[in-house]
Amino acid sequence: MRYAYYPGCSLERSAASYHVSAMAVAEKLGLVFHELEDWNCCGATEYFAINKLPAYALVARNLALVPDDFTELAAPCSACYVNLRKTNKHMGKYTDLAQQVNQALAAGGLSYQPGRLHVRHLLDIIVNDVGYQTIAECVVKPLTGLRVAPYYGCLIVRPENGFDDPEYPNSMDRLLRALGAEVVDYPLKAQCCGGHMTQISDKVAYELIRRLLHNAAEYHADVVACVCPMCQLNMDAYQGNVNRHFGTNYRIPILYFTQLMALAFGLDAKEEAGVGSEIVSSHSALAKIGVEVPKQEEKKKRPDKQALPMPTMPDEEGRR
Amino acid sequence: MMASGIGQSSTGSFFEEVVAKTPGGEALRLCLQCGTCGGSCPSGEDMDYTPRQIFAMVAANLKDKVLRSNTPWYCVSCYYCTERCPQEIPITDIMYTLKRLAIAERLYDDSDAPDWSQTFIGMVEQFGRSYELGLATRYHLTHRPLGKISLGTFALDMLRRDRLALTPSPIKEIEQLRAILSRAKELEGVL
Repeated sequence: MRYAYYPGCSLERSAASYHVSAMAVAEKLGLVFHELEDWNCCGATEYFAINKLPAYALVARNLALVPDDFTELAAPCSACYVNLRKTNKHMGKYTDLAQQVNQALAAGGLSYQPGRLHVRHLLDIIVNDVGYQTIAECVVKPLTGLRVAPYYGCLIVRPENGFDDPEYPNSMDRLLRALGAEVVDYPLKAQCCGGHMTQISDKVAYELIRRLLHNAAEYHADVVACVCPMCQLNMDAYQGNVNRHFGTNYRIPILYFTQLMALAFGLDAKEEAGVGSEIVSSHSALAKIGVEVPKQEEKKKRPDKQALPMPTMPDEEGRR
Repeated sequence: MMASGIGQSSTGSFFEEVVAKTPGGEALRLCLQCGTCGGSCPSGEDMDYTPRQIFAMVAANLKDKVLRSNTPWYCVSCYYCTERCPQEIPITDIMYTLKRLAIAERLYDDSDAPDWSQTFIGMVEQFGRSYELGLATRYHLTHRPLGKISLGTFALDMLRRDRLALTPSPIKEIEQLRAILSRAKELEGVL
C-alpha cells in the first residue's frame, strides 16, 4: 500500500519521535510512505484566523504537490489532517472557493482538482487498511500489564471525519489491545488539550490539560497514548507548569501510539520507537514491560530549611 | 423559502457579512438559540459571551460588541459545537470569520491572540514552515516577557531533548509559495 505522506512541521523536530516511530512501524506493516517534495506548513489553527483565501491556498499548495500516481495522502498530525481534509472538501463543495484557490495556485504554476485525493490520518490507515489482525501478528513483545489511556483529542474525529465516532472513538483502543496493552477507560478521550492556548492564555490551557491528566490518573494509567503532536506537547512539556499551577504532582508519560506499536513489534526503543525525548520520563512506566529507558536527571528542588515535613495528599499525587 | 431562525437581517448588515464570509455560513440563519454550542465548549466559561449569545448578537448586528469580545479568540477549534449543532452550523468556521473581521477592523481589546496568529503566519510566509524558536522569541518578548519566566525552562527542556530547532528550515520554492499567497491576498482584496 502506497501513500503520499505529509509530515507537517512538528514532525521535523518537536515531534521527531512520532515520525521516526511511524516510519519504523510502517516498514513492518508493509506501508510505503512517499514524503511530498518541498511541502509547506498547513497554517495550523492560525491562518484561517487571518485571511481566508490565503489560508486555503497555503494548504492547497500541498494538495497540488501530490504526484499524479497517488490518490491517498497521509497525515500523522491531527491539525494538518483537518486542514488538508477541510480544504479538499470545501473546494469540492464551494465552486467559487475552488476557482479562487486555483487562481491563486496558478500564480505558482500549480492547480488542484478538488476531491482528487483522499486525505487520511495515519491512525485511520493503520487500523483500517492494515487491520487489527495483521497488527497483532507483528507483536513480538506484547505490552502486557501496561495500562494505557487512549487519547484522541479533537481534530482526528471532528468535524465529520468519518472513520471513528466523533464523541467516543474506539479505533485506537482496539489497536492498543491488539498490542497486548491494558486499555483503561478514558472518558475525556476526545476532549481538547487546549491547542495554542498555552501561548495565548496559559491558565485556560492549564485547566484543560489538568482535566486530561487527572482523568488518566483516576483510571490508573501508566501512560497516555496520543495521535497528535500538539496534544503530546501540551500534555508532556506543560505537565510541569500544570503541576506548579495547581499544586498537583502528575508524572504521566505521553507517548505516540506508533511508539507503543514499535515497542510491541520489538523494535529498538531509542532508535526506532523514539523513546527518551519525552519531557516526562517514561522510565518507570516502560519498565513494566521490560523496556529500559535511560533515566533523566530530575531537577533538584532547593530545600526550604524552615519548612516542616509535609505529607502529600493522595489525590494530589496522581497515584504515584 | 428557508425556514427562519434568528437571521432576519437586511442586506449589507453585519449578519450578512458573517454569513457571506464563511463557507457554509448560510446555515447561521437557522440558529435556534438552543445553546448546545456553549454547553459543549471547553473554554466557554472563560468567554465574555457564549457562542449562543454571540450568534444572537450577530443577528442583532451588534458588530462592535461581537468583534471586541474575547469569544472567538478563546475558541480552541475543537469542533465539538460544530459536531453537535442540530442545525449543522459550521460554528468553528464562523469563529474564524469573526477573528478575521476583528483583525481587519482592529477591534479587539486583548491583542495576545491576534498577535500570536499573525506572528505565526509571519514565520510561515517567511520560511514556508513553522519556526518555533523564532516564533516564541518574537511573540513572548513583546507580550509580558516578565510573566513568562517558566518558558525558559520549557525551552531548555525541549532543547535538551533535541526537540527545538535553533534555525529555521525554509522550503526550496519559497518564491512560488509567496506568489501564491500574494495572488490569494489580491483576490481577497486584502493587499
